[in-house]
Order: sequence, then structure tokens, then C-alpha cells
Amino acid sequence: MKFRINRFDRRRIVWRSPFHVAGYHGAASRSGNSDTDQDQPVLECRDLRKSFGELTAVDGVSFRIAAGETYGLLGPNGAGKTTSISMAVGLMQRDGGQVLVDGEPLDPGTTGLKAKIGLVPQDIAIYPDLTARENLRFFGRLYDMPRAKLRGRADEVLEIIGLGDRADDRADTFSGGMKRRLNIGIGLLHAPRLLVLDEPTVGVDPQSRNAILESIEQLGSEGLAVLYTTHYMEEAERLCDRIGIIDRGQIKAEGTRRELAQIVRENDRVRLSATGSLHAGAEAIGRIDGVQQVDVVDGGIDVLVEQAGKSLMALLSALDEASVSITGVEIDEPNLEAVFLHLTGRSLRD
Amino acid sequence: MRSALVIAAKDLRQRARDRSVYVFAIVAPLGLAAIFGFVFNPISDADFTATFAVANVDRGPLAAPLVDGVLGGLAEDGNVRLVEATSAEEATRLVEGDGERADQDVDAAIIIPAEFSARVQTGRPAELRVVQNVNSTLASTLALAIVQEYARQLDYVQGAVTTLGSLDPTRLADAAAIAQRAGATPSPVSVRDVSATVKQLDNTTFYTAGLASFFLFFTVTFGVNSLLEERHAGTLSRLLAAPLPKWSIVLGKAITSFGLGLVSMLILIVATSFILGADWGNPVGVALLVVAATASAIGVMAMVSALARTSEQGAVFTSIAAVVLGILGGTFFPISQAGGVLASLRFVAPHAWFLQGLGDLAGGSIGDTVPAIAALLGFAAVTSGIAVPLLQRRLNP
Repeated sequence: MKFRINRFDRRRIVWRSPFHVAGYHGAASRSGNSDTDQDQPVLECRDLRKSFGELTAVDGVSFRIAAGETYGLLGPNGAGKTTSISMAVGLMQRDGGQVLVDGEPLDPGTTGLKAKIGLVPQDIAIYPDLTARENLRFFGRLYDMPRAKLRGRADEVLEIIGLGDRADDRADTFSGGMKRRLNIGIGLLHAPRLLVLDEPTVGVDPQSRNAILESIEQLGSEGLAVLYTTHYMEEAERLCDRIGIIDRGQIKAEGTRRELAQIVRENDRVRLSATGSLHAGAEAIGRIDGVQQVDVVDGGIDVLVEQAGKSLMALLSALDEASVSITGVEIDEPNLEAVFLHLTGRSLRD
Repeated sequence: MRSALVIAAKDLRQRARDRSVYVFAIVAPLGLAAIFGFVFNPISDADFTATFAVANVDRGPLAAPLVDGVLGGLAEDGNVRLVEATSAEEATRLVEGDGERADQDVDAAIIIPAEFSARVQTGRPAELRVVQNVNSTLASTLALAIVQEYARQLDYVQGAVTTLGSLDPTRLADAAAIAQRAGATPSPVSVRDVSATVKQLDNTTFYTAGLASFFLFFTVTFGVNSLLEERHAGTLSRLLAAPLPKWSIVLGKAITSFGLGLVSMLILIVATSFILGADWGNPVGVALLVVAATASAIGVMAMVSALARTSEQGAVFTSIAAVVLGILGGTFFPISQAGGVLASLRFVAPHAWFLQGLGDLAGGSIGDTVPAIAALLGFAAVTSGIAVPLLQRRLNP
């Protein structure tokens, strides 16, 4: 029997990562102070505003991220994602609003608080004429890591990003994907509380992209707060616990993927490939709660249902009782593309 | 401060792997200094020694100061080699290369005829003869100049004796003794040629120092412009996101520039001293001048770089500034000798003060370099004062 879900759903599909995230322990688990307060978000942005001349790049953006949560800012190019995170990490002076990291205000002039943040810029920000290890050690020293600890941590990160065997090669000999991984490794090196990734997979080949996404999934599951910007719907759906849809400098909607899907009031579509008494099966399905519509089509039954995950077992049982043999199941869930289109009237790729 | 040192150490490591630094900091100035030194070095640094044949037939009291004093002194300094001839004819043959001692390669002969001293002492006409070798224009002209100057001094003596005789004929008997004493009395007034022989660097040192300062301005831009390169490469955002103050990034770049400048100058000074024979002067004075010149170069180039928006612009702006200031500062030719506005205008360039300081050091002491060092540090202070706020304002991702 075929079983396919047409959208990534990290709650049901187990992805095995080639990277072993060796005992990642962020600043939260080390500090033992109020940092570990579960109620307090690691990052809270309130009403961020930024204009460049006549252009309003960010217009009242607010969001918060808890420890262990991966929050995605999803929007097309020019939506205000990079400007928002530049203000969130203290890189850019804001015109208005407030940024709190572990409850403390962060400004561009703030220094100590920045140690809690790991930044992975959109452009590959590494020194090509230094080796991978030299790159890591340089940034580690800037974060005031003790030499002995830095040596061990650099080796550990090199393993996490899969560059252990190329540690002493100059970065300009690396492929694009390897450079991207080193770019992420530098952000991770000092074990931050919050990892901010600005479109880290742009221009990356599919294999490297998948490896990068897997390692980010691992980090999120180990207690790190992650802020992830992307214009790839699939990445946001796969990685993010909550997503903020941003366009023209404003967050248009925010929530889990399911919550966002409710906005467009679309149902899941379940395509059941089957043989036998299809009409009897369709009739049985029609009596199940949540089922909106049932159609017998060539070689199977199409079902519109509010939540496929909740109704799937009932659907299969009803068909079994109606002596219908199931040969395959396909689920189409409403995607963020549709949500974005509904909210903004244009496509993510525009 | 620690962050600045970490940034500087990283930058220096990068620069050590960049071949263009070696070209600008060492190879180009060293090579050009060698070429300039050879091309523009006709006499001053060559092994110049004139050979004069001297026929002192007179052997009187007024011949001795010329032979033993003037010519002997030059021989002791190694500038002149003297060949003794017993007669005027022998001396002439030596110059013409037509005698048994033709191998001496004599440039000129100085002949002091018999009774020369007696004639001068009694107010009668006397002559000194110079036989010039037509193949040795410079050396034979030198011989003529020496003898003419000596003759002029004797004119005063002879005039004094004549005047004395006309006033008091009874004391004419003492004339010889008076003339002898007058001839031996040193001149009460001495002229010291400061501008030409003392305060001016020799050709090799001048061109070496000029080119070293010229390329110093290029060398420091490797540090100064790296701020723009960091922004171009995206690494500036990482530096700004790190827990360090903005000024430490600017300071790190300044330390990088300073290190590159000092190391390149040190290598050039040592190399040109040993390879080209450049005479830089008192090491302490030179060190102070080099430190001040490097500081001024960083300040000026940082100010120019701060006006640029991109790394490409930065490279162009700083290159133009380095070339214009280098030419204006007289690094390629001694612009001070041009006179007029140009000679004064050179002091708008730190290069001119650096060369001036080295010249002062060559002709004096470390204390004489104070004006040049003060001017260079003034350049550094003013230009850095303009550059630092501009650069800090430009520190954004």
C-alpha cells in the first residue's frame, strides 16, 4: 500500500540526520538562572519599525520565541525579513519598537547580551583564505571563549556540520554547500540561546539543503530557540513550530501551520486508491464526522475532510467494513502558499 | 582592546597569505629603489678618487700648505691619490701617459715651479701650473679648482705684504716672515656648506626612503580598506553581531595597518642598508620617524577610505591619494629643488616631512627631527580625528 503525504509534516515523518548533534547544550541549560524560565521568551520583538527614506521596510513587527521553539518568518524577497532580524539581533538601529533577549533590552550598542545570539547571515560570511578551523576559532575568540574550551568546541562543531575531515582546508576550496554549513557552524560555535538563520539555504544544492534542514531540526529539538527566515514554503512547513507570514513590512498572520490553514478554511483532501465496492465505501465514509465531501473517481475515492490526521483511521475502518480493498492513500493538506495568496493577493514567488 | 587584537591577528594572518602585500610592501619599493639608485647616482655614491701628480720643485714655505695641507688632507680622506713627481716634465709625462710610470693613470698634474715661494714673498709674479688629462674632465677640473682657490688665498697674502712694504720700507726685511705667518694663519671666517653636503641624503638613501614612504601608503591600505572588504564579504555583520564595541573593530584595523607598515619599513630599511648601501642614519631617529610616518599614513588613508561606500571605491580612492601625495611629497624626485610654490606645497604630503626628517637626521641629531615627527603626528591626529567617526558611522551590515 502506498502512503504519501503531499506536504512535509515533521510530526509524522521521521527524518534521519547524517549529523549527530553531539550533546548540544545551549546557554540556557548552562546558566541556571532566570534564563531557564519557561514562561519568558528567549526573544521578544515588540512593534519593530524601520524606514529607509520614503520606504517603510518594517512596519510594526512583533513576535516572540520560546526556548526550544523554531519560529519562521515566511515572506517573499523584500518583505522585510532581513531588516526585521537585523533589528532583532542588534545589527541595525531601529526607528521604533523594542527587542528583549531573555527579558533584557537589546540595542545596537549592547555588547554582553549579544553573546546569547548566534547569527547565520543570508550571505556566506566566512573568511575564504582561512581554514574552517581558523574561521571557527576566530569567531570563538570574539565571543571570549577560553582557548581550551574553544579548541574542543570547534572540533565538536566541525563534526556537527560534517566538516571534520576538512577542518584544516581553506574555505575557498569548499563547495557552496560546505561553505553554507561552515556559515551555520560559526553561528552555533558559542552555544547561543537563540540561533537566527537568515535564508540559510539560498543557492544550495538539494542534498546540502536537506542536510542543513536536518541539522536545524535537531538543534530545535535540543532546546535552542531558532528564528528562521525563508521564502521557501516547504522549509517553513517542515521546520517551524510557528510561522509569521510577513509582507510589505507587516506580519499578516501568525500561528502553527494548521492554525494558518484555518484562515483560508480549506479542508484536507484524502485520495484513497481502492478496489471493490467503491460506492458502498463512499456511503460509509460520508457518515464520518468531519467529512465534508466524498466522490467516487476512477480507481478510488476522493474525500474532503477537516483534518485528515484525525479522520484517517476512521476512513480506513469504514472502507474495511464496506469490503473495499485499499491500495494507496494520498493526503493533500492546505499549504502556506494558499494562505499567503489569500492574505496578500500574490504569490510567495512574486 | 582584546577584541581589537584578535581582529588584528586574524587580519595579519590573512595578509600573510596574500602575495600582493609582499609586492607592495617589499618587492616593488626595493626593486624600484635599486633601479632609481643606479640610474640617478652619477657621482655621489660612486667610488670617486682623483689621482694627481704633484711636482713640488719649489719646496718653499708657501708650497707646503698646498701640498701637505690641502692636497694631503684630501688624500687622507681618500678622495685624492697623490703621485710624487720630481720635475715638471715628469709630472707632465705622467698625465700624458707617456712615461715609465704611465700605469699610474694620472688625472692631472700640479706643478709648483722653483722659487715660487720666494716670488710670492717678494711681491714678484709667480705661477702654479695645472696639466689636465683630457680624458678626466671631472678630476682635472677639480685639480684646477683647488689650485685656483689656493692662488686666490695667496693673492691676499701678497697684497698684504706689498701694502706693508709701501707704508714702512724699513720693515720690508720682515716681509718674508710676515708673509709666512699670514699664509699659515687660518681664515677667521669659515663657510660650512650645509645644504649640499650635510643635510641632503645621498641618492640611494633618498630614493630608497622616498619609495619606502610611497609604498607605505599602499601597504597600510590593506588594513584600512579591509573594513570595506569585510562589509562586501558579509563578515562585517558577524563582527557587529558579536559582543564587542564598534570601536574595537576600527582599532583592530588600525593595528593591522600599523603592523603591516612597520614590518614592511623594517624589512626595507634593513634590506636597503645591506643590499643597496643606503645610509638611513641614527636607528633611534629613524625608528621614531618611521612610527610617525606610519601613523600619518594610516590616518590619511583611513580618512580617504571612509569616504568610499564600496571596497572597489575604497581601493580606487586610496590608490589615487597615495600616488598624488607621493608625487607631491617628492618621493620620486627631490621636489624641494624645484623651488617656488611646488617646493612649499610638498609639505601638504606626509612623505615630504618624512624625507625632511631623514635629511635633518643625516646632518644633525635626533633632536633635529622633532619638527618632522611633530608634523607627521599632527597629520595622524587630524586625519584620524576625521576618519574614526566617519568609519564608525559606516559600520553597518
